[in-house]
Amino acid sequence: MSRQDPVPGTGVWRAGDAPASAPGVPSGFARLDVLLPGGGWPCGALTEILVPCPGIGELRLLLPALARLSRSRRWIAFIAPPHVLYAPALAAAQVDLSRVMLVHPRAAADGLWAVEQSLRAGTCAAVVAWPAVTDTRALRRLQLAAEAGGSWGVLFRHGQAAAAAAAAGSPAALRLRLVPAAGGVDVSILKRRGGWPVGPVSLDLEPDHAVAMPASAGFRA
Amino acid sequence: MLWLCLHLPDFALEIFARGMSVTGPLAVVHGQGRRQRVVLCNAAARRCGVRPGMGTGAALALAGSLRICGRDVESERAALDRLAGWAGRFTPVVSRMPPQALLLEIAGSCRLFGGVDRLQDMVRRGVAELGYQVSMAAAPTPLAASWLVHAGQDVCVIQQSALAAALSPLPLACLGLAAERQEVLHGMGIRTVGDCLRLPRDGLARRMGPQLVYVLDQALGRIPDPRPAFVAPAAFTGSLPLPAPACTAEGLLFPVRRLLLELEGFLRARDQGARSLVLSLRHASGTATRLGLGLVVPSRDAAHLAMLMRERLERVALPAPVEEVSLHVARPCPLAPHSQDFFAPTHVAEDGVLIERLRARLGRAAVHGLGLVAEHRPERAWACAEPGEQGTAAGTESGRQARGSAHASWGAVARKRPLWLLRDPVRLEVHGGHPYLDGTLVIAGNRERIESGWWDGQDIARDYFVVRTRQGARLWVYRELDGGRCWFLHGIFG
Repeated sequence: MSRQDPVPGTGVWRAGDAPASAPGVPSGFARLDVLLPGGGWPCGALTEILVPCPGIGELRLLLPALARLSRSRRWIAFIAPPHVLYAPALAAAQVDLSRVMLVHPRAAADGLWAVEQSLRAGTCAAVVAWPAVTDTRALRRLQLAAEAGGSWGVLFRHGQAAAAAAAAGSPAALRLRLVPAAGGVDVSILKRRGGWPVGPVSLDLEPDHAVAMPASAGFRA
Repeated sequence: MLWLCLHLPDFALEIFARGMSVTGPLAVVHGQGRRQRVVLCNAAARRCGVRPGMGTGAALALAGSLRICGRDVESERAALDRLAGWAGRFTPVVSRMPPQALLLEIAGSCRLFGGVDRLQDMVRRGVAELGYQVSMAAAPTPLAASWLVHAGQDVCVIQQSALAAALSPLPLACLGLAAERQEVLHGMGIRTVGDCLRLPRDGLARRMGPQLVYVLDQALGRIPDPRPAFVAPAAFTGSLPLPAPACTAEGLLFPVRRLLLELEGFLRARDQGARSLVLSLRHASGTATRLGLGLVVPSRDAAHLAMLMRERLERVALPAPVEEVSLHVARPCPLAPHSQDFFAPTHVAEDGVLIERLRARLGRAAVHGLGLVAEHRPERAWACAEPGEQGTAAGTESGRQARGSAHASWGAVARKRPLWLLRDPVRLEVHGGHPYLDGTLVIAGNRERIESGWWDGQDIARDYFVVRTRQGARLWVYRELDGGRCWFLHGIFG
C-alpha cells in the first residue's frame, strides 16, 4: 500500500498507517481478522466485549482463538464465569482442557485482583473474565497488567452494564459490541488501535461451521 | 582444604531478638539468684547503660523497660543446628563448634559461587538476613580459622605456607587455654602464638604438656584435624520466639520470612522443595493457631512462600497475640527438573505460581481445572479437576474420541452441547403449550432424547431442544418425559 505523509517530510503520519502492533491471534473468522489491528485478537492487551444479553454467541466467537492458544503451553483462565463452563462443549471445540483454569472469586474486589494477577503473571495466554464491577481506573490497571504479562484479556459486559459502558470511554485496546443476528452475531468495533470504529460485520456462528476451523499445530503464543 | 569459620558473637541474644526488626532493651542473663549476671545486651539496653557482667538488679535499675531472658542453651543448640542446616546450601561439609560458631569447608564450593570473596559475601548477607551478626575468617585448617575469627581478624588465608605468619601475631587468649596455663605462659613472657612457635618443641611439651604442641601442630596443618560433619535431619522444624507479642499480619510476616529463609537453605542443601508447610502460631495461653499451606508445585523460593504466607496471614483471625512462630515441613520432596526452551523462553517453569497465589487468597476450591467424564447425563459429563493434571488425560481422551472414527458420533453430539450449563435447571413457564421466557421460545432444532442413569437411582428421562429467545439468544431446554412433563432451562449456547 502506498500512502504518503499528509505533510511530507515532517514525520507526521496517519494513525491508520502506524506500523502494525504485534501480530494478533487469528480469530478464526476471516471477515473479523481483516478489521482487527495485527490481523487478530490483540495479545498483551485488553478486549472488552459488550453483549446485550448472554447466550447470543459471545463465547463461540472466542472459541477458535482459545483452541489455538490452548495448544501453546500457557493457561486459558476463566474468571468468575456466570454459569458452569461445560467441558464437553469446550473439548469438542478443540480446546485443550488441561490448559483450562477456572477461578471463582467470592467478592468483586477479589475478582478484579484475580484478573490482574492472571494477566500480569505471564503464564496465561488468555484471561476471560466476567467482572462484576469495573471502573475506568480498574480497567486501566488491567490493561497495564495485560501488557506486562503478554496476555489476551477479555472482559464481558452484559445488559445494563454494557449499555453504560458503551457510552463511557475505556482504556481497553479493543472494544466490540455484539448484536444477535440470524445464524450468528453482528460485530461492531467500537474502538481499535490504528483505526476508526467500524462495523457491523456479520459472523456465522452456527456450531457446525464455527468449529470447522482447521487445527493448526505449531502455533506458539 | 579451606575452612570458613562463622562466629556469631551475639548468638545467645539474637535467638531471642531476631523475631522482630525493632526491639526495646533486651538482655540475656545467666546464673542463679543474686549471682545472676547480664551476659549480653542489645544496643537499646547499652544506650541505657546496661553492660555485660552487671547484676540483673543493677541492669533493671538502669533500664526500667528492660526485658530479661534467661540464657537458653537448648534453644541455642537448636538454632545452631538450623543454621548449620541452612549453611548446607554452600557446602556439603558443615561442622558445628558449639555454642556459637560454625565451620564450613569451602574449597570445593569457591568455584561454583564465583570465588572466595563472592562466597563470603553471600554467606555474610545470608546470615544477616536470618537476623544474626557474624564475623568470619577463612584458613586452611579449622583451628586457624577459628583463632583468626576469635582474634577479630576478618582475613582469608589460602596458602598453608602463609599460615604461620598469619597466626604469629595472634594473642594467646584466642587459643582458649585453661586460665592457669595461660598465666604460666604469660609469666614466661610469651604473649602471642608466634612466641610459642619460636620455643623448642620438646621443652614446651615438657613444661606445658603435649596438648599445646599438638594443638599448634593441628592449627598449622602438620597433623590432621578431623571434624564431624553435620548431618541435617530429614524434616525441617524451626521456631522463633517473638521478643514482644505480635497480633498483625505484618508483624508476623517478619519472623515467618526469617524461618522461610532458613527453610530455603535447608532445602537447597538437599536439592529438594516443600509441597506442604505448616505454620504454627503459639499464643500466650499455650494454644496455637495452625495454618497449612499446600503447593501445586514443590517450591523452596522464600520470596514466593512468603508471598503465599502473607495472603494466608492477612485472612486469618487470631484469637490472641502470638508469642512464638514455628514452621514445619514434614516431608520435603524432590523438585521436578524442568528444561527450558532454547529458542523461546516460556513461562512454564512458573506454572504453579499463579495458581498458588490465587489459591492462597481465594481458597483452594476456588481455582480448578476441567475434566471429562464418559457419561450421557449432561450434568455428569464433566468434573472439576486439578488444573493441568487430570484434565490432560481427559482432554486427550476426548480428543481421541472426537477424532476416532469409532467415536465420531460422540464428537458430533458434544459439538451440539451448549457452552454454559446451569448448575440447577430453571423451570420455565408454559404459555399456550409452549415454553416461555420473556416471550415464547421458538424451537430451532431437532429433539434429542436422553434417558440414562437407571442403575444409580439418579435416572433422567428428558427431551432436549434448542430454542431461540426473543432477543436472539440460543438456549438448551428440556421437557421431562415423566412426572409433570415440565419445561426446564438447562444450558445457554454462550
